[in-house]
Amino acid sequence: MTEVKYTFDWNLVLTGQYGDWMLQGLLLTLKISAVSIVLAMLMGTIVAVFRLSKVRPLIWFSAGYTEFFRNTPLLVQIFFWYFGSEAVLPKAVNTWLYKQDFEFAAGCIALTVYTSAFIAEEIRSGIFAIPKNQLEASRAVGLSFIQSYRYVILPQAFRIIIPPLISQFLNLIKNSSLVMTIGVADLTYMARQVESYTFHGFESFTVATLIYLAISLVVSFTITMYNKHFLRQITY
Amino acid sequence: MPVIEVNKLNKWYGDFHVLKDINQTVEKGEVLVICGPSGSGKSTFIRCVNRLEEYQKGEVLFNGQDIQAKSVNVNQLRADIGIVFQQFNLYPHLTVLKNITLAPLKVKKTPRNQAEENGLALLERVGIHDQAHKYPAELSGGQQQRVAIARALAMRPQVMLFDEPTSALDPEMINEVLNVMKDLAREGMTMLCVTHEMGFAREVADRVIFMDSGIIVEEAPPDVFFNNPKHDRTKAFLKEIL
Repeated sequence: MTEVKYTFDWNLVLTGQYGDWMLQGLLLTLKISAVSIVLAMLMGTIVAVFRLSKVRPLIWFSAGYTEFFRNTPLLVQIFFWYFGSEAVLPKAVNTWLYKQDFEFAAGCIALTVYTSAFIAEEIRSGIFAIPKNQLEASRAVGLSFIQSYRYVILPQAFRIIIPPLISQFLNLIKNSSLVMTIGVADLTYMARQVESYTFHGFESFTVATLIYLAISLVVSFTITMYNKHFLRQITY
Repeated sequence: MPVIEVNKLNKWYGDFHVLKDINQTVEKGEVLVICGPSGSGKSTFIRCVNRLEEYQKGEVLFNGQDIQAKSVNVNQLRADIGIVFQQFNLYPHLTVLKNITLAPLKVKKTPRNQAEENGLALLERVGIHDQAHKYPAELSGGQQQRVAIARALAMRPQVMLFDEPTSALDPEMINEVLNVMKDLAREGMTMLCVTHEMGFAREVADRVIFMDSGIIVEEAPPDVFFNNPKHDRTKAFLKEIL
């Protein structure tokens, strides 16, 4: 029996048609990550503030939301939004969704909801670290509860939780590779596709790995530098 | 009509009866000094006046209006009744000027240039206009407390509450804060001050109130209060602190 020798061909996966696929995949990964991070921060903030409000139903909603989405597998959630949402949504909404990029939307929702449950907990712990009298001082000059959070409490809480928030962002970026399972043509999906056309899986997945690593390092470095140079460190 | 009228005010923390049938009438421009041992309810009393504490029985009227009535907008009430805390409580992530302009910008919707102009004028008044763009942590305690006073004044309140404003300060900084408060008093501000600065009380107070165990034990103009107190508890307290 003769052994077929594997010859490395990096150019093959980096140029031409295959290179384009990898690039498209990269752009889609960046897009779904960016959109989901923004939405997850918004949702996480809302859920965290609900939890600290004095309105019972909001507290229950928030507690249920965090516990439910934090404790179920992301892949199951992705499948749920992709395969399951059809059954509960009105027909008109479904028709409209199918005209849009439905896979992208389902993936985005799953990543947002899942990550926001973790982010909400980070924000909540950040808020707990702010002295109580900050809220009292801002309420005492006439700011409403929402205004106090918007201008006094949250800006301080976010500064405190920047390091754990970075971890959440990096998790989301890496978790976004799971959306390939519902046909979103992200970086992982494209690497897989290049592999099946060329049988050069070692190269395509090495490239994908290095790209994920690069994105994570850039995100982490940028936020850390921004925090260090542009945000005032708070002391009480 | 008195600015503030307190009728049979009662408050409990659980089973603990903090305020017992407090009655007070404060006319416009009056300066009250409230003193008493810790735990006597003096801070709780003034914090009821701007609803930082809710009370269970009796009433507090501000310009004749019951402040715990459903129709009262609590944010508006607090804009009209400023408070200065023992621990300054400045916003550490904002500059001195932004500490002052935040509430006028967001609550009163004052245009930015006007809010800043007013803020700088207030800083001038409390003697620290050159620190406008610094952060609270870069200021001394006395300076921070003066910023806190300017922040409360920026809402143009009708009444100012002071909750032990000099207790957290190093001794050499107490006077710079007291001087600002004395100026305010002379300019006609209605003030309720919880403080043990008896020099301040002698100089500007219209009335001095001594509280103990949730009760107003004694109430008199400063010269009578200090020279001729009636109650033994007041005498004992004055002996301790003078």
